[in-house]
Amino acid sequence: MTQMLNIALAGNPNAGKTTMFNALTGARQSVGNYPGVTVEKRVGFVTHNGLKLNVVDLPGTYSLTAYSQEELVARDYLVKERPQVVIDIVDANSLDRNLYLGVQFMELGIPLVLALNMMDEVRKSGKGIDTRKLSRLLDMPVVETVARAGVGKTRLLEEAVAYAEARGGSWKPLTISYGPDLDPALLDMAALIEQEKFLTDLYPARWLALKFLEGDIQIRNLAETVGGVGRKLSEIVQKTEKHCRATLDTTPEAIIADYRYGFIASVTKQVVTTETDQQDRIAVSDKIDRVLTHRILGPSLMLGVLYGMFLVTFTIGDIPMGWVESFFAWLGGAAAELLPEGLLRSMVVDGIIGGVGGVLGFVPLIMIMFLGISFLEDSGYMARMAYMMDRVLRIFGLHGCSVMPFIVSGGIPGGCAVPGVMGTRTLRSPKEKLATLLTLPFMPCGAKVPVFLLLGAAFFEGAAAQVLFWITIGSWITALLVSWVLRNTVIRGEATPFVMELPPYRLPTLKGVCIHTWERAWQYIKKAGTIILAISILIWAAMTFPTLPQEKTDAIREQREAVQIRLNSVEEPDQAPLQAEITRLENRAAEAALKNSFAGRIGAGLESITRWAGFDWRVNVALVGGFAAKEVIVSTLGTVYSLGAVDAEDTEGLSKRLQKDPHWNRLRAVSLIIFVMLYAPCFVTVVAMSRESTWKWALFSVAYTTILAFSLSVAVYQVGQMLWS
Amino acid sequence: MGRQMCLRQMGVNQKGIIKSVKAEGELGRRIRDMGLVPNTEVMVLGRAPLKDPVALRLRDFTLSLRNNEADFIMVELPGE
Repeated sequence: MTQMLNIALAGNPNAGKTTMFNALTGARQSVGNYPGVTVEKRVGFVTHNGLKLNVVDLPGTYSLTAYSQEELVARDYLVKERPQVVIDIVDANSLDRNLYLGVQFMELGIPLVLALNMMDEVRKSGKGIDTRKLSRLLDMPVVETVARAGVGKTRLLEEAVAYAEARGGSWKPLTISYGPDLDPALLDMAALIEQEKFLTDLYPARWLALKFLEGDIQIRNLAETVGGVGRKLSEIVQKTEKHCRATLDTTPEAIIADYRYGFIASVTKQVVTTETDQQDRIAVSDKIDRVLTHRILGPSLMLGVLYGMFLVTFTIGDIPMGWVESFFAWLGGAAAELLPEGLLRSMVVDGIIGGVGGVLGFVPLIMIMFLGISFLEDSGYMARMAYMMDRVLRIFGLHGCSVMPFIVSGGIPGGCAVPGVMGTRTLRSPKEKLATLLTLPFMPCGAKVPVFLLLGAAFFEGAAAQVLFWITIGSWITALLVSWVLRNTVIRGEATPFVMELPPYRLPTLKGVCIHTWERAWQYIKKAGTIILAISILIWAAMTFPTLPQEKTDAIREQREAVQIRLNSVEEPDQAPLQAEITRLENRAAEAALKNSFAGRIGAGLESITRWAGFDWRVNVALVGGFAAKEVIVSTLGTVYSLGAVDAEDTEGLSKRLQKDPHWNRLRAVSLIIFVMLYAPCFVTVVAMSRESTWKWALFSVAYTTILAFSLSVAVYQVGQMLWS
Repeated sequence: MGRQMCLRQMGVNQKGIIKSVKAEGELGRRIRDMGLVPNTEVMVLGRAPLKDPVALRLRDFTLSLRNNEADFIMVELPGE
């Protein structure tokens, strides 16, 4: 008989919880989200002695309050799903602080097994922990582990399974005394809760009373809905609060924390022995910090690390990206051979293979980027970057951790907003994360750069590099200012507290970094196969339908055939001009077809508005196409200027063409640069954004960036015209 | 009895013992979650390049907080 057993892994961030999860479950895990929030839910499957184990990796937390999504998710999971046993992974190096969470599990009463992780470091630092005594004092199994090396994981599972069976799902809440000022109130409240059966099916009565005293929002809101009991409980709380304020000048929640730490200290004092200089592990870390966060060296090294990572990602990433691109080019070619000429071929080759291929081309980039990010995160350096950058970014309502996503998105020109958006996951402050998400698409990503270079070469001869430089500066300024505005309007609110652990430097494990990277890539690939495929086809259709009327295509074909006949009849040296004539005709046909399509009509229809910014229908079509991917802007401009689709890497012809066009001038170029710099992120970014926040915010970003871009372009164009005409 | 002062005013490498934490709400909770409770010994390890945030050493780990968060914490310096 196979039985299912649910095990939850819990613990502080940086305690090695995910490492242990990976060690236990290997690659047999799946990642999703908890319903309604963007907190990740990792589930892994293990078979242990014929028993099927369902291991859930709860988000890393320091406590079980209702302040952060992570903590709410963790505690809701425990009370609603009631796993048979919880394994609390603690960093045995800082047992006191780690047990603060453990004690809260014990007060909840859920069957708990303690994993004392990083025991190798503890021993090396000359510390001793009497595990058996700790187990006796806390009345629960305690297992020593070293998650990085997989040491103790089998014993941990054995103990967890045995304990789950022994407890048979019963909860035994621990009772801690909270002193003469709170204990009477707690007793009264618990009795009241018990009597009225308020939520007692989910939580122990004393735990609810404690949460009430701590000012827990979730529990208090629930109490408000039940009327009578809620009011009585609130009265007791208010009385107690007033009493604490008057006699001790403090709050119940501060007293609760003090007593909890007191309880922990009374336990650890009996089991932890420090022999000699026990600061060994952090001492090394401190020495490294003296260099890495040095006033002058620190920021310079950080710039070096960021730039180096950027360089590695985009130079090494280029190679496999080329392979993916050639593969899809080959696939497109093969499909073109197999399918008869016509709409189906066009849809398969240009719509599906072209669209999905373009999107999958990012996969190597995302993988390398996340290899870097996971490495920086797991090594502890990311926390130092946040520490050094926080003072600057805080001015704009951001967080020290925002720097990474900005750089990745193109803070150094040539990045990509998609991995940037996915990288915002390292931000644990919701408001700061949202502000980062909404402003990072302003960065000059690799796909916008060719547009800037094209216009720079055409209208600022010899100064294209300076143009790009000022665009980058402009992008940063816009992103920071807009973030400031957003944080003072739509995402208004106090800064999330910064209080953050600076974990000791550690060498990341290869396994952890690889699993993390693969997860991200896989999530992205799945998106490419579904929603991105659908949007690709939609955009293809918009640029293809309605097709040109029969008589027009016939007329062009006749002309082309006439030239072809002449071509066949002349000798080698005279063929060239005729060949060119054919290309010219084909390009003109492509231009006519695009102008006639939905996209073309949208472009023409918008002309009456966009002429305020100096854009005609040709530019409009290119910008509409740019929503699919910014690379499309240059290639579409090529098509509408009858040059055929222009390769973004080679724009000389197009740049000459624009230069000669009487319709174009420097002012128009500047207006277009501003618009491309700021307008709607490409839809792949939008899809990624919706995953990190909600669809509402993703669509908001499309709308507000486009409005901002257009207003600025119009302003610059109109003012410029007044000044120079 | 040593001298009392605000955590923000402490110099690098100075040690002190936390006397009170006046922060409430989310900030108070976060500070306490990290073990910054009365009678804990702290040492200022350093400050970020722009003097803010500050890095603190507790008994067996390191954490950082902003200066305006340190304002809520009073420490007592060991008697001189």
